[in-house]
Amino acid sequence: MGRMKTIARRTFLIGSVAVAGGVAFGTYMVKRDPANPLIDDQQAGEAVFNPWVKIDGDKITLITPHADKGQGAVSVQAALLAEELDVEFGQFDTDFGKPSKAYWNTAFGDEGAPFMSTDQSFLAETTRGIMDALVKVMGVQGTGGSSSAPDSYEKLRRAGAVARETLKMAAANKTGLSVEQLKTANGMIILPDGKTIAYTDLAVDAAQIPPITEVTLRDPSQWRLLGKPMQRLDIVAKSTGTQNYGIDAKVDGMVHAAVKLNPRQGGKLNSYDAADAKAMPGVREIVEITGGVAVIANNTWRAFQAADAIEFDWGPAPYPAEQYDHWKALASSFNDDQLDSQWRNDGDVDIALAEGRVFEAEYRSPYVAHAPLEPLNAIVLVEEAGVQVWTGHQMPRQLQLLVAGITGHEQEQVTLHNQYMGGSFGHRLEFEYVKQAAEIANAMRGTPVKLTYSREEDFAHDFPRHLSIGRGRGVSKNGKVVAMDLQIASPSVLGSQMSRAEIPVPGPDAQIATGAWNNPYDLPNYRMRAYRAPELAPVSSWRAVGAPGAGFEFDCFLDELIHEAGADPMAERIRLMNHDVSRKVLETAAEMSSWGGELAPGKGRGVAFVESFGVPVAEVVEVTATEAGIKLDKVWVACDVGRVLDPANFENLVQGGVIFGLGHAMNCEITYADGMAEQSNYHAHEGMRLYQCPQIMVKGLENGGRVRGIGEPPVPPAAPALANAIFAATGKRIRELPLSRHVDFV
Amino acid sequence: MNLTVNGVSHEVDVEDDMPLLWVLRDELGITGVKYGCGVAQCGACTVHVDGMAVRSCQVPIGDLEGQVTTIEGLGSPQATHAVQAAWIEHQVAQCGYCQSGQIMQAASLLELNDDPSDDEIDAVMSGNLCRCGTYPRIRAAVKTAAKTMREA
Repeated sequence: MGRMKTIARRTFLIGSVAVAGGVAFGTYMVKRDPANPLIDDQQAGEAVFNPWVKIDGDKITLITPHADKGQGAVSVQAALLAEELDVEFGQFDTDFGKPSKAYWNTAFGDEGAPFMSTDQSFLAETTRGIMDALVKVMGVQGTGGSSSAPDSYEKLRRAGAVARETLKMAAANKTGLSVEQLKTANGMIILPDGKTIAYTDLAVDAAQIPPITEVTLRDPSQWRLLGKPMQRLDIVAKSTGTQNYGIDAKVDGMVHAAVKLNPRQGGKLNSYDAADAKAMPGVREIVEITGGVAVIANNTWRAFQAADAIEFDWGPAPYPAEQYDHWKALASSFNDDQLDSQWRNDGDVDIALAEGRVFEAEYRSPYVAHAPLEPLNAIVLVEEAGVQVWTGHQMPRQLQLLVAGITGHEQEQVTLHNQYMGGSFGHRLEFEYVKQAAEIANAMRGTPVKLTYSREEDFAHDFPRHLSIGRGRGVSKNGKVVAMDLQIASPSVLGSQMSRAEIPVPGPDAQIATGAWNNPYDLPNYRMRAYRAPELAPVSSWRAVGAPGAGFEFDCFLDELIHEAGADPMAERIRLMNHDVSRKVLETAAEMSSWGGELAPGKGRGVAFVESFGVPVAEVVEVTATEAGIKLDKVWVACDVGRVLDPANFENLVQGGVIFGLGHAMNCEITYADGMAEQSNYHAHEGMRLYQCPQIMVKGLENGGRVRGIGEPPVPPAAPALANAIFAATGKRIRELPLSRHVDFV
Repeated sequence: MNLTVNGVSHEVDVEDDMPLLWVLRDELGITGVKYGCGVAQCGACTVHVDGMAVRSCQVPIGDLEGQVTTIEGLGSPQATHAVQAAWIEHQVAQCGYCQSGQIMQAASLLELNDDPSDDEIDAVMSGNLCRCGTYPRIRAAVKTAAKTMREA
């Protein structure tokens, strides 16, 4: 029952466990569906079939509640609805909808259960069911954890089918024909004689009848849209400068705000002198807010300039001022008192280590910034009757709650107009910028305030990916890897993040070692222990969360043990793999890359496999060691998401994830000095540039069963595959990220 | 102070040192041009001044000489420029925030050289950062646009 005790990990529903005080609600609560939020605003003559589809005399509107950070969530949600509704792209509008329990995330529960995704045992499935029930009862709406596709896959097709069948019933009532005689296509009912009735002309009739909820979903072989390359709904706007993001939103009478917060994050504001700033052109007000000061002006740049002119006396950081001490705190965490969880204990590692020649190595993964290209921003208007917020955010209901707490309104009085985001990578799971905008707007009730972070403020106040140290001991014998004893220490990203969201979190944090404990290898002796370092700098979920750091440490150490064994890196991984779907992923990567063939002088190849969010991903990276440094030539990626819903967007997301993983592995880290992040802009945290970009070949397999998301899983294998390739090309093992600390890149 | 943007003349009353970027975005409400870094590291604010790609965050309005073209002036959803059409065809964008700058940079390149080599594309386009990693599609789209422009 050790596992049952550990029902608590990353994901927001964990907080729900604490809030609900355990699994203390009845079947009724779980079975009851939350109310349809579209009914609240239903207009005369408008049919609202369920929380996702509404039709009036003029138009069809599809509600796509998952936030769009660039991953194409709006398009895939709309496609799932449109597939069964029989409407085509161009025949409907989309809307993020208002925050609602009805949009509870049906996939968060799976990720929250503390089992390997390959574990289909009764205990694992039962626990997933309990977690799902918790998420539903608490009404946890959120975008994250690569959950948009798995959450939406069945639910939205069903919602589309319900609307279609209800429209058919309305048409049958109107024409006197039977439902069986009616067909649907292109947003119309087709009568046996070929005549048509537009869905919009049936809205009034459909609104009079209860939705037909007994529906059968079409077999994938009948799909018109899904599984084929689609033109994303936002692609024209994003290619013509006409896509509006939160930073572009305009509200009548709006003023512009900039903030300066203690760069020693969480430290106090002792005093400040804003006399010069106040006298600058366009400056309207200077307002003290939690942790700093806001300047309100009539133009963003003027607000930035004035904020820079304020003189501050800041208090010290509540964490070690120097980076060296952050590493030291991790290094001191490998002890029994700080053991967070022993995730694996297969075979008998102690005996295997005692009987073999032990190979040891230590790895480090640093703090890394999110730094999406659109700096954080939010518009807030506070009025007596309610609050309006215009911003891009991944947790709409928690945002409402936190804003309401600042302005003194009820949660339901906070209206969120969710916006397209210029990237997130986890940044927009955080609430600080919205809370700050709410504080400023609350001090200026009646005036809409747009807060925009400068890039420097965004870097200084990012909550980066947590740093970690991995220590491995292992034994290879007779050409095989026989034992691995891996320990990973890091601060708890879940603990840091949830404390800001005001959600208490019990239990261990799986993300300390995700990417290490959950890979479906069958090492004869494998022990994996995670240690919880003290909270240091505030940290946050960064694309794929724990898996990029722990996956680097696990896979690079495995690569070293395979090298010690004298085995082939690909063949030995395939031999050790204990999961058919994952083995096929590795074999496909080998096949795509013609693994084992002759390479030109100076070239080297590395392979890595990391599973995250239920998606097994194998990547082969090929590099050339040149006089100017390492040149990235090619990458082959194979992964399995169960079903590829849009091959065009899928390929783009996989390539982008690989580039994101490689770029940060090459040259990105956040380090602290005097309590402050030393990197202030992209020159010091660059990522990959176009000229460095390798060719990237992608294959999406469909053997996995469950439909999974692809936003995050391509990221984690990139760093270890690159490090392993550099070893193959140069003989040099690099055990620390970013790799640029030890090697130059072309 | 007078400036011409996308063929339209505007009168603005601002400090000489306000960057063109913020005059466009906050004074004229032209928001296709994006703020990303403020220090010429990301290229999201790229516009054309007399046809040449420039980082508008680095041009104080008092120093501006020439006609400004933003992405809105390059083409529209109804009448796309060849580069925009290629960006749509290749479905380049993910979040899309950098793409106005990428497109303006590519359009400027192809205006000077409608048959760029891979190395030339890499050299010219590497000042524009894409955090989502759409580089493979940017390369492909630049080539498609070049072909369209050569055949026009």
